[in-house]
Amino acid sequence: MNVPKPRLGVFKFASCDGCQLSILDCEDEILAVADRVEIAYFLEATRRPLEGRFDVSLVEGSISSPEQLEQIKDVRERSKFVVTIGACANGGGIQGLRNFISIEESIAAVYANPSYVKTLDKSRPIADFITVDLELQGCPINKYQLLNVIAQMLAGARPRVPDHAVCLDCKRRNIVCVVVSQGKACMGPVTSTGCGALCPAHDRGCFACYGPSHQPNTAALASRFESIGVPSDQIRRFFHAFYSTSPAFVAEGLRHV
Amino acid sequence: MSNESKHDPLHDSAAGEAPDSKASVNASTERTIRVAAMARVEGEGGITIVVRDGKVEDAQLRIFEPPRFFESFLRGRSLLEVPDITARICGICPVAYQMSSCHAIEKLLGMNVPAPIKSLRRLLYCGEWIESHVLHFAFLHAPDFFGYESAIAMAQAKPEFAAIVRSALAVKKAGNSIVETLGGREVHPINVRVGGFYKLPSRADLAALAERLERVRDVARDLVRWTAKLDFPDYEYDYEYVALSHPVEYPMNEGRLVSSKGLNIDMAEYPDHFEERHVPHSNALQSLKKGSGAFFTGPLARWNMNRDRATVDARVLGGELGISWPCDNPFVSIVARAIEVFHAVDLAIRLIREYEPPERAFEPVEFRAGSGAWITEAPRGILYHRYEADDKGAVVAATIIAPTSQNQRQIEEDLIRFAPTILDIPQAEAEWKCEQVVRNYDPCISCATHFLTLNIVNK
Repeated sequence: MNVPKPRLGVFKFASCDGCQLSILDCEDEILAVADRVEIAYFLEATRRPLEGRFDVSLVEGSISSPEQLEQIKDVRERSKFVVTIGACANGGGIQGLRNFISIEESIAAVYANPSYVKTLDKSRPIADFITVDLELQGCPINKYQLLNVIAQMLAGARPRVPDHAVCLDCKRRNIVCVVVSQGKACMGPVTSTGCGALCPAHDRGCFACYGPSHQPNTAALASRFESIGVPSDQIRRFFHAFYSTSPAFVAEGLRHV
Repeated sequence: MSNESKHDPLHDSAAGEAPDSKASVNASTERTIRVAAMARVEGEGGITIVVRDGKVEDAQLRIFEPPRFFESFLRGRSLLEVPDITARICGICPVAYQMSSCHAIEKLLGMNVPAPIKSLRRLLYCGEWIESHVLHFAFLHAPDFFGYESAIAMAQAKPEFAAIVRSALAVKKAGNSIVETLGGREVHPINVRVGGFYKLPSRADLAALAERLERVRDVARDLVRWTAKLDFPDYEYDYEYVALSHPVEYPMNEGRLVSSKGLNIDMAEYPDHFEERHVPHSNALQSLKKGSGAFFTGPLARWNMNRDRATVDARVLGGELGISWPCDNPFVSIVARAIEVFHAVDLAIRLIREYEPPERAFEPVEFRAGSGAWITEAPRGILYHRYEADDKGAVVAATIIAPTSQNQRQIEEDLIRFAPTILDIPQAEAEWKCEQVVRNYDPCISCATHFLTLNIVNK
């Protein structure tokens, strides 16, 4: 068996490392994956130097510094298939909230010597700079979705990831709607599946850490929030959170100040 | 990438580089040991050590991970959102951020949470200590001691290493199962809130959890013994250790802040005794103890000062390893980390056994204006949070000081002291040894660069 294993690269930009950690959290599967795939670059797990090309590159994090802009282009050139993983890579992440504040103000607020700091004026998703082949959502991603994507690719299939709303998952799991039964604000109707309706299962409303679902009707949800007495500024904060650069969420948030 | 990647397009970042590089001066007598991008640490950092005439002139832990400005955008958010937001500072230790946030905010609001909630919080934290520590000692640190590039390479090289890696995975999984049971998921738990939890775990869930923990208890003990037999470089220093200290508990969520050289303060007094400085080679601020400078926080500091409050079996185990405690060799941190894993498994089982459910999942929250500060023991050391809020519960100011910021200067001083012992070995090996020195502290660079509020400049 001299068939070379597919080469996998894992790359990090501005992020918390949580999505790439999901790979190491596959305690039952990681060694099996390492048998089928060559983990050719994964700085958090191995000292292997960066070299050559990659069949699949997993990209975590948002682009927020001038160096990262160059780096992401290099990743694209080296990779056959780029999968962006998580809210930062796909929706700017929580750090994208600074996009709503002036950057000078942010830097001055945290540093004694602002001149040392190099940063772009916005934190932006990967697809703003390169072509992305597949987006895997979530803050953090669901490790089983990731394993599925890797398995589908190993089988030669083009991976598919569902993007229906969390509501459908609640129905499937027989979770009673927290909006209807408890009057709680829940982002489930406009949020992408992937978590398995975790928050409603824990008696709280969804806070949209998987980003917008397919064709989200944000205006209808916002008016429902208004009708159950959610203050306007809170409605804005619901939309301006973990997917800080997703157009549908940004626009809806800006309607509520 | 770690070795010899001066021209590496991906990671040879300019941010964090000292602008006045001295590398070209007096080239005949100068040598630079430089790790462009360190592997097996959480986040992005590098090392530069400048040696002139055989003498170490300077050592820098370069942190070029871009800043994420948490303290800026927390302003204006509701106190109730804070634990969900600060968790995102670190994917490896989100519970630490949630714990420091919740406690600081409850202090701000003058809330008290009942004992069973405190127990559940400690149980949750045990889960994070286990998964984070095992990840570090088995996957990030252990390969250094045997010269492997990764734990996966170790496991593929020899069956005995494969067995160790499998054991470590089993214990890590048990830790993660605690976080999943109490928090909803392993990374960025969704069930933690100011005042308690959104939903209490069921008896059946906790019983199943205890059973899983029982199954890895002996495995965790064997892993401690394995780490104690590693070959440690001969290096000691008279450090000032800083950790929480509690009359009866091994420190986690409560206690006073003490040091091995006489500090003993209420945690809210932290800013009176510590300060942060901004250096050009780092996007993270460095913490110093006022008047004395660098200090050492994390598992070795905790174990050196609090081991008599660990569980009985952890204490016994610590005494059987042939290591005399307190231990001043930072390379032995790996053993302290492994013992804390065993302690956490043991403690978690006890907490479940003794658990009586509270009347309600969380205490009701009433907003009031004010400020509150708290410190908890993150896997990597003390984590300070302070918040100010208005009477509607909106954050007015936030300050977060991560363990890695606190250890950063200590790491550099270790490099300065340690580097002379490796000047005669080949460059690539010297770089590797320096990385190992840094990994003693399990640095979490994403944590360190979330950012600290120093002062607010109004232009």
